[in-house]
Amino acid sequence: MLDSSLTELQAALAAKKVSSVELTRAFLARIQHLNGALNAYITVDEGTSLAQARLADARRARGEAGPLTGIPLAHKDIFCTRELRTTCGSRMLEQYKSPYDAHVIEQFGNAGAVLLGKTNMDEFAMGSSNETSHFGPVRNPWDKRLVPGGSSGGSAAAVAARMAPAATGTDTGGSIRQPAALTGVCGLKPTYGLVSRYGMIAFASSLDQGGPVARSAADLALLLNVMAGHDARDSTSIERPKEDYTRELDAPLKGLRIGLPAEYFGEGVEPGVLQCVREAIRWFESQGARVLPVELPNTALAVPVYYVIAPAEASSNLSRFDGVRYGHRAREFADLADMYCRSRAEGFGAEVKRRILIGTYVLSHGYYDAYYLKAQKVRRLIARDFSEAFKQCDVILGPTSPTTAFALGAKTDDPVQMYLNDIFTIPAPLAGLPGLSIPCGFDAKGLPVGLQIMGNYFAEAKMLGVAHQYQRATDWHRRVPKETPL
Amino acid sequence: MSLTDDQIRRIARLARIAIGEQESAEVRDRLNRVLGLIDQLQAVDTAGIEPMSHALDLVQPLRTDVVTASDQRAAFQAGAPAVDGGLYLVPKVIE
Repeated sequence: MLDSSLTELQAALAAKKVSSVELTRAFLARIQHLNGALNAYITVDEGTSLAQARLADARRARGEAGPLTGIPLAHKDIFCTRELRTTCGSRMLEQYKSPYDAHVIEQFGNAGAVLLGKTNMDEFAMGSSNETSHFGPVRNPWDKRLVPGGSSGGSAAAVAARMAPAATGTDTGGSIRQPAALTGVCGLKPTYGLVSRYGMIAFASSLDQGGPVARSAADLALLLNVMAGHDARDSTSIERPKEDYTRELDAPLKGLRIGLPAEYFGEGVEPGVLQCVREAIRWFESQGARVLPVELPNTALAVPVYYVIAPAEASSNLSRFDGVRYGHRAREFADLADMYCRSRAEGFGAEVKRRILIGTYVLSHGYYDAYYLKAQKVRRLIARDFSEAFKQCDVILGPTSPTTAFALGAKTDDPVQMYLNDIFTIPAPLAGLPGLSIPCGFDAKGLPVGLQIMGNYFAEAKMLGVAHQYQRATDWHRRVPKETPL
Repeated sequence: MSLTDDQIRRIARLARIAIGEQESAEVRDRLNRVLGLIDQLQAVDTAGIEPMSHALDLVQPLRTDVVTASDQRAAFQAGAPAVDGGLYLVPKVIE
């Protein structure tokens, strides 16, 4: 049961082969067994999960079950939940209990899904390795000496280690796709505005987007069906008709135009990653897809643009943590200004402070034009490259990350080395485009490699179809990490 | 360009983050590495390019000016560090 797809779990629940309570208990036991070693969850509460599971079973007994009723799901600890604390991986919010549920949590609640727990993450989603969490690093189920990626590293590790059938994550510069790639699972960052940001703690508001993490593209589609939709409480939520994201899962690949940007296959990409990605592309060609070169010449500028825009927006968003309305307040202080300064110094970790300082600097008087405005102009150039490319192709394929999972501590001394790891995941959110990562093989060290599928605005159904066809012919996504056998 | 200790103190004051004497050298070193990265943007020709402030060029939606939310003050203040009679308490600012 732990290894089943959402479709299989649905069928088992519908056929009364298992109850939601039994299913939830099985995952809680698995979490109990593995969380000490992996640290994928920050908060788990059996009582809450089992109470929701009983309600789901009662709903099914009344004949009112929907596709996800009774299925336990893990949520990144950035989504506000009334039932469990929401820490955002920070000391600042260590005891924070939200008075309301995030839109995404409400949607899953309405669908009858069960809240299995809150997953670990880089503090305020700022990190690519899950090492900035106040609650300690998450470990990669494929090799516990390695990072799982970040910032949604807890969600990715939990799904990979079968500690949850699926999970939610958020992606600002790659925080869903990169950990999915490094742990051998699937993750989708939807088009900006598709999933409401209401109740999702803000990092960089023009980039942040929630999305699903699961073990197959078909499962991602089922989750997105619940997550996506207009919400008036998020002013950037897009008003468009509801879609069924499973509708193109069986679409044939013949005639599909695949764009390959040379910039994603150059120096700095590990040979083992290139080999797996190239083999996947050859498979698509063998199925009648057509491969053509596309140009994304400003790719290398995406990381510097991101490290102006994201910190600038973060410095503004995180100004709300003042030790007055919620969160940590220093015990000792001289006056009001000192209380702010000390509460924030104690409540935030080193990486979060650095990003706030960078953001404050690039927005400060005299530097705004040189940094912030300049970055916004280059952001436009990056978005234009994509719109030119999508005139010629349906999807763009390449590696999700230039490397497979790296060792804990390997990149913590040099922030720039850590940032450059996100070079292939940062461009899509800058343009607001959707991106998907699925496993496409293993390198010589036995570590999973992620294939990134980028699409045009609102092309999620098509991208999921492309991924699903590949997953019908391959079994990379079914492999169980060797350190967490079933 | 790189930041001096004085500039970092000024930025930290603007950001309302206390930085201790021991931390300041490391903060300066790391911030300067990040600035080295973002300084690459200066070389890009962006003449005539409109800044892109948002992922999608959206029009800000407007709603009718009517009351939609109910009073949840008690719920919102339940997590505050110090409240009294519905007010948030802060250190005295006026003598």
